[in-house]
Amino acid sequence: MPPAIQVAASLNPHASAAAIMEAPMVEIEQLALWYGAKQALKDISMSVPKHRVTAYIGPSGCGKSTLLRCLNRMNDLVDGVRITGTIRIGGTDVYDPALDVTELRKRVGMVFQKSNPFPKSVYENIAYGPRILGVKHRTDLDAIVERSLRAAALWDEVQDRLGDSALGLSGGQQQRLCIARAIAVEPDVLLMDEPCSALDPIATAKIEELMLELKNSYTIVIVTHNMQQAARVSDYTGFLLLGELVEFGITRGLFTNPRDKRTEDYITGRFG
Amino acid sequence: MSAAGARKLWRSGEPFIWLTGGALALALIMVAGLIGIILVNALGFFWPATAVRVTLGDGKVLTGPIVERERIPGPSGQSRIKVRVANRDLYGADFVWVDEAQIASRATPADVAVIERTEWGLLIGTITELRDGERVVATGPAAWPEAVRRLPDAGRLRAEIRIVERSDIGSINHAQERVRLQLRGLELKGITAGAEIDELRARMAALQERYQEQEARLAALRARQTTSIVVAADGGKSKAVPLAQIVDVSFPNQMGLGAKSLHYVTKVWEFIADDPRESNTEGGVFPAIYGTVMMVLIMSVLVTPLGVLAAFYLREYARQGTFVSAVRIAVNNLAGVPSIVFGVFGVGFFIYVVGGTIDRLFFAEALPTPTFGTGGILWASLTLALLTIPVVIVATEEGLAAIPGGMREASLALGATKLETTLRVVLPAVMPSILTGLILAMARAAGEVAPLMLTGVVKLAPSLPIDGAWPFLHLDRKFMHLGFHIYDVGFQSPNVDAARPMVFTTTLLLLTIVVLMNLFAISLRNRLRRKYAASAV
Repeated sequence: MPPAIQVAASLNPHASAAAIMEAPMVEIEQLALWYGAKQALKDISMSVPKHRVTAYIGPSGCGKSTLLRCLNRMNDLVDGVRITGTIRIGGTDVYDPALDVTELRKRVGMVFQKSNPFPKSVYENIAYGPRILGVKHRTDLDAIVERSLRAAALWDEVQDRLGDSALGLSGGQQQRLCIARAIAVEPDVLLMDEPCSALDPIATAKIEELMLELKNSYTIVIVTHNMQQAARVSDYTGFLLLGELVEFGITRGLFTNPRDKRTEDYITGRFG
Repeated sequence: MSAAGARKLWRSGEPFIWLTGGALALALIMVAGLIGIILVNALGFFWPATAVRVTLGDGKVLTGPIVERERIPGPSGQSRIKVRVANRDLYGADFVWVDEAQIASRATPADVAVIERTEWGLLIGTITELRDGERVVATGPAAWPEAVRRLPDAGRLRAEIRIVERSDIGSINHAQERVRLQLRGLELKGITAGAEIDELRARMAALQERYQEQEARLAALRARQTTSIVVAADGGKSKAVPLAQIVDVSFPNQMGLGAKSLHYVTKVWEFIADDPRESNTEGGVFPAIYGTVMMVLIMSVLVTPLGVLAAFYLREYARQGTFVSAVRIAVNNLAGVPSIVFGVFGVGFFIYVVGGTIDRLFFAEALPTPTFGTGGILWASLTLALLTIPVVIVATEEGLAAIPGGMREASLALGATKLETTLRVVLPAVMPSILTGLILAMARAAGEVAPLMLTGVVKLAPSLPIDGAWPFLHLDRKFMHLGFHIYDVGFQSPNVDAARPMVFTTTLLLLTIVVLMNLFAISLRNRLRRKYAASAV
């Protein structure tokens, strides 16, 4: 896909979901998901463009986190889940029974709502993923740790205390550590499930800045209940309501000129 | 106070605070009182008390430390004292009660010697002669300095005899037993003649010859133990004590504070490091300390992996539901089963079934003498492991439940498998809880006596469960235990008065050992916690 068209797509605030012409990283087709008898996701089709930030917004319980967790099959851990439809990431069918789910998760990193560093040192937190992948040499690990921490804008703050427990860091630092940990295994896609919901405004600003930096190397999908955040950081936004993808398009277009009445009601604060 | 006032007071919460505080204070006072009594009784035992010579109105003389003083019941208002006159072989009793009203005079003569012997307990009196055989070497005040000159020789001789008895003859006995078992093993296979048998018989004969040589050597050494001291005791009696039998001689009335302190430290060390004598009422308790620690360690090695693995299955892998809840309740209840029940199970299952089977399969040549089919340190440890496994399971499970689910998700999201997550993230995080469980298990195991009495504890074990003979750690051997030692010395002893201080000192020692083992585990846990600065697990 020539870059000129990407630029055109980004610039045109009125481009519709169907009109997104950028190279897709994730393609979702007719995805539906049930928790037992309850349907949580209904017939979702969309594609996430490469090296862009895509945000899912919607009221609590609309299924945005569930959708995100389908992308690295974290929903597999929940009892009684049934999924239909297809998801392809970089052309690979995510729900192919022959696929090794750990391989998938190495390519699709995730940052959680509540920062969850391991009760280990800062260094060991970052080195955990590479070690699982079989990196053994100390010099290689050192390089990965430094690169990941620099990429997560944390290196200057923690370079003197790599051996200290990660649980001693502040909340914002812990969340950036989790981002550094996720990108240490060099995934293609980075999923972020409300990464700033437990952080103060300054820490939030740092993470948002970081996302804009990271999208040059990674495809980012973020779930947020904060519409301003979605407007600030994302290139594309999807609005979910009661398990349905109501509207998906270029962020500026969706916020300034929503096509669906429900989207308009939500972003103008009439419900949610 | 009016009803409204009472209600107001109750609503203020003040009485409840007093109630809770009072309950805590009562509990603390009881524990402090218990420890205080043990400390006072135990620590005073080794202090060399002044030997008082009491002369009664009727001319009778008693010499010894005063151990107790009490009011005579009744209206007289007088008191009596208990004198430890010792010399059990001369008088028949160690202690004598004397009414203070009958005492004509008291003195503390400097020449009173308190002699600790390997047999018959203490001897208190004045040293009058030193003899070599029938020949008198020195008399009066010159006797003791001369004896002191000869004591090192006597000590060396005694050590040599001990080595011959324990090591030389012991190893010959051990070798003979091995040859006998080999012969018996061949016999069981139906081989009763041949080169192999002849060779074994020859070896047996050679061993027997060596045994007789050592016996002769022992007799020669014993014949050299001729020196003895003669001690004049009260009532005109005297007693000759061979130097070989003397453990320690002290003159408490000549000792200053420094000498008494030194004596005290020496006695405490002997208590910790020596073997018991005189059916456990004297000497040390080293084999019991060793048995206790060893048993607790073997139990820990057995119970920790088993309990931790079971807890991991229950919390990490099993599908949570009614059945798992029922199992959990059953495990918790197992902790409340009386320990003697575990003891009975240990005998019935471990000793008779498992031990009996092992004997039939591997030690058939030794039958009918059981090897593993009788109580031993392995079976006692296994029984206690069974007793303490609920503690470890519950503590580990609680730790696992307290680990935030996000930590496991984070690891899985990085592409780790469930096994990698469990081993690399969950296990280190739950380590402090495992140690908490182990601490509780060790404290419980160290204090248990009832199941041990059925599964391998004995009053006096001839040998430690570990020694220089292959396979070094003898898990089939019976062992001594401090808890049982307390029971035995305190309540099974022929000489209760003399043994009572031993009960307190042994109790103090047991408490100290439990506290030390716990402190070690706690410091380990704190180090782990600091390392991970983990959540409040």
